[in-house]
Amino acid sequence: MATLTVPVEEKKKIDRNEQEALITGAEAIAIACKLANVDVVTAYPIRPYDTVMQYISQLVADGEMDCEYIVAEGEHSQFEIVKHASACGARVFCGSSGVGWMYAMECLTVTPALRIPLVAMVGNRALDDPGAFGVEHNDALAVRDLGWMLTWVDSAQEALDTALIAYRVAEDRRMFVPLAISCDGAFLTHSQALVKIPAAEQVKKFLPRYNRGDLLLHPDNVISVAPQANEDWVMEIRRQNYAVTEIACDVIREVYADFEKTFGRKYGNPFFEEYMTEDADIVLLGMGTMSTPVRVAIRKLREEGKKVGFVRLRWFRPFAGPELAKCLERFKAVGVIDRDFSFGSPDLSGVVATEVRSAMYTGAATRPPVLGFICGLGGREVTLPDVENMAEITFEAAKGKAQPLTQWIGVRG
Amino acid sequence: MSTFVDEKPTQDLEPFKGVKKVPHEEYYTSGHRTCQGCESAQIMKLMAKAAGPRTVVLGSTGCMYVANTSYYATPWGVPWMHTQLGSSGSSALGAAAAFRVQMRKGFMKDEPINVIAFCGDGGGADMGLGAISATMCHPDYNLLILMYDNESYANTDIQISGTSPYGVNTSFSTPGKVKRIMNHRWKKNMAPLIMAGHPTVKYVGTISTSYPLQAMNSVRKALSIGGPTFIHCLNPCPKGWDFDPILSFELGELAVNTGIWPLYEIECGKLKLYGKTKDIANGRFKRLPVRDYLLKQGRFAHFIEEDIEYFQSKIDEMWDKWLVPGIIPLQKEIEADNPPSL
Repeated sequence: MATLTVPVEEKKKIDRNEQEALITGAEAIAIACKLANVDVVTAYPIRPYDTVMQYISQLVADGEMDCEYIVAEGEHSQFEIVKHASACGARVFCGSSGVGWMYAMECLTVTPALRIPLVAMVGNRALDDPGAFGVEHNDALAVRDLGWMLTWVDSAQEALDTALIAYRVAEDRRMFVPLAISCDGAFLTHSQALVKIPAAEQVKKFLPRYNRGDLLLHPDNVISVAPQANEDWVMEIRRQNYAVTEIACDVIREVYADFEKTFGRKYGNPFFEEYMTEDADIVLLGMGTMSTPVRVAIRKLREEGKKVGFVRLRWFRPFAGPELAKCLERFKAVGVIDRDFSFGSPDLSGVVATEVRSAMYTGAATRPPVLGFICGLGGREVTLPDVENMAEITFEAAKGKAQPLTQWIGVRG
Repeated sequence: MSTFVDEKPTQDLEPFKGVKKVPHEEYYTSGHRTCQGCESAQIMKLMAKAAGPRTVVLGSTGCMYVANTSYYATPWGVPWMHTQLGSSGSSALGAAAAFRVQMRKGFMKDEPINVIAFCGDGGGADMGLGAISATMCHPDYNLLILMYDNESYANTDIQISGTSPYGVNTSFSTPGKVKRIMNHRWKKNMAPLIMAGHPTVKYVGTISTSYPLQAMNSVRKALSIGGPTFIHCLNPCPKGWDFDPILSFELGELAVNTGIWPLYEIECGKLKLYGKTKDIANGRFKRLPVRDYLLKQGRFAHFIEEDIEYFQSKIDEMWDKWLVPGIIPLQKEIEADNPPSL
């Protein structure tokens, strides 16, 4: 939220006709779908993402949004319906949470392979069993190797803005891959904040009509999509998805620059946000709404003279490895807070810690210790004492005292 | 009061009035590599011909994907897209929804476009049944789901599906030293299941490639009546059923003439039997013994006399005891069931 400042002089220059409303993260994304004039939306109930579909249903019922709003009989169909609608030229939206997202896994696999620019919302939720409604990031992270773009937002404003950015990025002809916006269950999906809602004309300027081009499935364009290719061609086709990842960061940078020009809200570096890092000795790093308690704890630690900062990762796919490594190499130690697990991984760390270590190995001139913390699973709060504890451990590592590479924080027994 | 939504029909597709009136144009041609005598490929050809050029076809995984569309060698003369095994219902719904909304918003020329999704018996009667059922509940979308039924997962090595006949020898139900019959399931009665479960569906039909003109006209009616529709086609499979490909056509006829595969259409709730099935029902044609059909196929070669008799008794039951003979398996005795008065 610290980044959402609109320069006064710019405000004067352009009358953007913005409105302000007190809404949740889910509602913000529903409004973004309306502004983006989405054509086909598919819904299926699962908490906590489903509130977005409740809002969209109301928008359709009130005549504020014109789309085909289809309630599917399961997540598998939910994602298959929009996949085919997108192949036929429609702008599409759907989403899910936790095991619902996993139920759609087959469709999540084929969507990037078919070059479908689906924008989905993941209301992050712990996977069963045992049942839990609260946030955990393993659901969205399950598709990290498949060609999806993955971004985590931490405020309702960022959710709305990122949804608009998402359509521009995903539907860019150079990209044509799906994009999931992760919103932490409850902490963001159900928490209200004041959000600036841009005017429809502005959005229209920013977001051109989706053009499927020569890939359009229509009687005027006789093509066969995804025939059986086998070992003769599959590798070349996979290489095309790889080529997308090579340019993804550049495209995202372009779109953020244009977003800033159109709407006046600055996000700075699109890939990660730095908080009080300038003179920091150590930093904590994490994704999503844990940023709120972490920032508060950092302000408190700063009052005690402890130089700690925070890096919030926005984009997980593409992973801005070299850039992040360059950023992190200047600190004496890095503590990565994972709201996920990756059982049996190197050093038994979470997903993000493992990725950060990998990025540091190739991209950093000096390699400070990277500690992994597993924290806030199943919707458990990341508390101020938790953050202070993690900062302390990271400071110890910075002093050269060896620390375990993975620690569970805020866990009993 | 009618339960049917008055939706704009997809296209004006009058029935072909005889074989000579069928156009020469093919929209499913060379390029596929299906087996000799493959009747499933035959229904693809008839389906595409009946639908014509303003059509989009969604094909779920199965023989008609794997053997049908090799990269750089597609047989399809209309746009075609692969869809996942259980997704024929959702793919058709997605395409129909996309066309409808884009035409409404002025992003696409407003014209009738046929949306057809096909599936095999594995994709339709097993994995995709839920999605098909959901799609059949959406009266606003014009689409056809055609299930080609070769009574097994014929592409993956011939395994039992929900429509495999009783006792059949497949690679998942081979007879052994102790157990002769490994498949105790009876064939899933798909068309009536769709009809009874989704009362707003305007058209459900069964067809056979041995009766190509009726098959094509069934497709044309399904596409022009409006709303979601369903067709179940029986397709003899030389590889899976183990017979000489020269018999494909004859086995299709025998399935009808023995009463195993009734031909009918249900249009806005009205049942119409056609072909030999109609003659069987009104007594003008005596059903042939199922033995004539079973013994021509290697998949029943392990049957002993009792198995054939049991099979025959189940078919007799279909025609003699069912409330709607050959179609609805409620027993007629229910009519005589008089509950005590209050």
